[in-house]
Amino acid sequence: MENLRSIEEFKRLQAILLEHVDTDIPTIIINAGTCGQASGANEIIRAAKSRILGKRLVDKVNLRITGCHGFCQMEPSLLIEPSRTFYPNVKPKDVERIIDAVLHNEIVENLLYKDPSSGDRIEKQEDIPFFKKQARIILGLNENVDPIRIYNYIENNGYSSLCKILEKGDPTWVVEQVKTSELRGRGGAGFPTGFKWELLAKQQNGESKYIVCNADEGDPGAYMDRSVLEGNPHSIIEGMIIGGYASGATDGIIYIRNEYPLAIKHLIIALNQARDLGFLGENILGSDFSFDIQIVKGAGAFVCGEETALMRSVEGKVGEPRQRPPFPIEKGIYGKPTVINNVETWANIPVIIDQGGAEYAKTGTDGNSGTKIFSLVGKIKNTGLVEVPMGMTINEIVYDIGGGPVGKAKIKAVQTGGPSGGCIPADKFDLPIDYDSLAKVGSIMGSGGMIVLDDNTCMVDLARYFMNFLKDESCGKCFTCRMGTQRMHEILDDISKGIGTLDQIDLLEELALAVKDTTMCGLGQTASNPVLSTLRYFRDEYVEHIQNKRCPAGVCEELIQYYINEECTACGLCKKACPEDAITGEKKVRHVIDTTKCIKCGACKSVCKFDAVETR
Amino acid sequence: MITLTINGLDVQVEEGTTLLEAARHLGFPIPTLCHMDGLTPYGACRLCVVEIGEGPGAKMVSSCTFPVQEGLKVRTASERVLKARRMIIELMLSVCPQSKTIQDLASKFGVRQQRFRQEFKDCILCGLCVRMCEEQMMAKAIGFRGRGESRSIGTPFDIETDVCRRCGGCMFVCPVCELRCTYNEPEKAICGGCANLVPPCVEKDQFDDMMCYMEPCVACEITKD
Repeated sequence: MENLRSIEEFKRLQAILLEHVDTDIPTIIINAGTCGQASGANEIIRAAKSRILGKRLVDKVNLRITGCHGFCQMEPSLLIEPSRTFYPNVKPKDVERIIDAVLHNEIVENLLYKDPSSGDRIEKQEDIPFFKKQARIILGLNENVDPIRIYNYIENNGYSSLCKILEKGDPTWVVEQVKTSELRGRGGAGFPTGFKWELLAKQQNGESKYIVCNADEGDPGAYMDRSVLEGNPHSIIEGMIIGGYASGATDGIIYIRNEYPLAIKHLIIALNQARDLGFLGENILGSDFSFDIQIVKGAGAFVCGEETALMRSVEGKVGEPRQRPPFPIEKGIYGKPTVINNVETWANIPVIIDQGGAEYAKTGTDGNSGTKIFSLVGKIKNTGLVEVPMGMTINEIVYDIGGGPVGKAKIKAVQTGGPSGGCIPADKFDLPIDYDSLAKVGSIMGSGGMIVLDDNTCMVDLARYFMNFLKDESCGKCFTCRMGTQRMHEILDDISKGIGTLDQIDLLEELALAVKDTTMCGLGQTASNPVLSTLRYFRDEYVEHIQNKRCPAGVCEELIQYYINEECTACGLCKKACPEDAITGEKKVRHVIDTTKCIKCGACKSVCKFDAVETR
Repeated sequence: MITLTINGLDVQVEEGTTLLEAARHLGFPIPTLCHMDGLTPYGACRLCVVEIGEGPGAKMVSSCTFPVQEGLKVRTASERVLKARRMIIELMLSVCPQSKTIQDLASKFGVRQQRFRQEFKDCILCGLCVRMCEEQMMAKAIGFRGRGESRSIGTPFDIETDVCRRCGGCMFVCPVCELRCTYNEPEKAICGGCANLVPPCVEKDQFDDMMCYMEPCVACEITKD
């Protein structure tokens, strides 16, 4: 690759690349992010490649391997351009038929997406309910870009925003654009990004300043940062270069957790390519602006997503938060002024510069502009990453995009914001999703995890799960966070085992409030949220566990008993599945579970085809 | 100079002072366990929390680490502060019930019950010993290990090390383990060593400077001359 020495050279390269884009022949897009690969995308790629090479179709059809498109449940999936045909859950044996159909400009009807509610086959991706209501400003790019090919990114208007600001030559203009865009930090707290940059730009004392991309995404069930990093690493890099230009920083750091090997691989490739082409390093595109980015890998501590702990971790110390003030903006990494932004925030920057701040601010609501990616998971039909404009109601996300509950169950709440977030009950689903309204109902936006819970989810068990996570992941510095989370877990454990008392609920609430008040960092201050929000909306479930020793959702092992109802056809499947020989029964006679032998593993329930095994 | 209000009283202090120092200077008592003059503030025990700000924006911070700010309104003993403090003490009692320091605190703040499951540990991980070892004894023999539930203090891999000079500084500053050292425990990496203790001050002729923080030394009662 040739090092680009000026803006003109970049524009020439972009023009040459665009000339060579072949729009006449169809492209088969295979999404192979970590989620895609886990569900078999590599087999699909192999099958597609062998077909294309074997039949000498290289000139007739393009193949593009991209990151995740968002509809993880349907992976491995294929997208055909330009017809935008979407094939879900593709098997390697189907690839041949699909490629042949693509060549003849046809579609394979019976492999198309089937709408679960109407049963109709839907051809185009845009018409599928899951995609219909989304505004895919960031995620949509994942379809167009092969993450390991920088030329692909440049073809899609990549690095033009960087070019634009270098042409303008005015850092304050960039800050102004970000400020007018009203972009708020996507990491969860929602601090206005433009304001943060302005503060950094004003810091004159240090010889160097740092800007950091926080990719230490640790919430259980949240993976939007990973998908953006895997699918479009150059957008992060471009965003950071722009941030560096605007704030006068010379060093960029991407702090990424080591558990994301594919994202790290793609980032390293992307950084090398950007360096080779001259987007990073000394005198970027012939300007007097120099900037470089290095990767720091986190060793797996959840708390290192907290900015002060992250900075210590970058310095090579134990990841422990410290008191703010001084804020990172004054005293950050190695004592230098530092700005830390989330992956998604950085990904939004090139879009803002490209569209202009005012145009960007039109999406979303007042004070909450732009889109937000949520990872919609849990007890819902369509799971995956959804990118929606801010201000969309939970109802729309859960029922229109998510497709509603699985089976006969009823959705009772969503849990947003990961372990530090809270639950929002179903009667508040008309709430618009933005930073302020979520905080009002006792939850947080967090980084964007959205776990849907139905009536088979026990709220006590859920709170216990998150508290178990937090008691392990608390750094342990603050006594109240370390001991408080342990004690809360202990009490929740007691309640879920049916040995709790009503006094313990009050104690739990008192302790939760004390932990919220007296800890130092964001982790501790929000650690009580799972307890407080479930107590606020589902206190009756707690009381039910204690007074009647009953788990209404049938989850808490100690409180439930399996039994076989009259639906039993005496097929004997459960009898075979039982590891403890606790099920007895003759042919044509309803089987019976011996509760003294039963270890409540649930094997019988999962094999029964007649819903005859129930809990009480 | 920075002007702020503590419990309704206007006060002027130098920039860089912590809220704890300012409050104590005025004579407002704030209990602490992990704070000691001469060691860097750490903010681990959270006993020194105070309330800052007003109205719905009021929040609690640890006064030992929070620097004074112009116009800040601080309350060192509001109902919210006392309630939180009592909960912290109750939690501490549930971990280290045998510590006299914590018992005294409990009686001072009227904590008369302990509603959690009782444990009998002898460490609240306040980190005084770690900082003492590093900052005053210039040794760095002990440090924190692990996180969350499995966090503990000790030498790396619990191996006895020459870096530890057995000065006893860690035991001297510990607010909880006064009862631990009974002179008859088997030798461990750091503690239980009293019986085997050979403080540098005893072998004065070997050392240029008595690297001992304590005056007189807690172990041998030799005074500096």
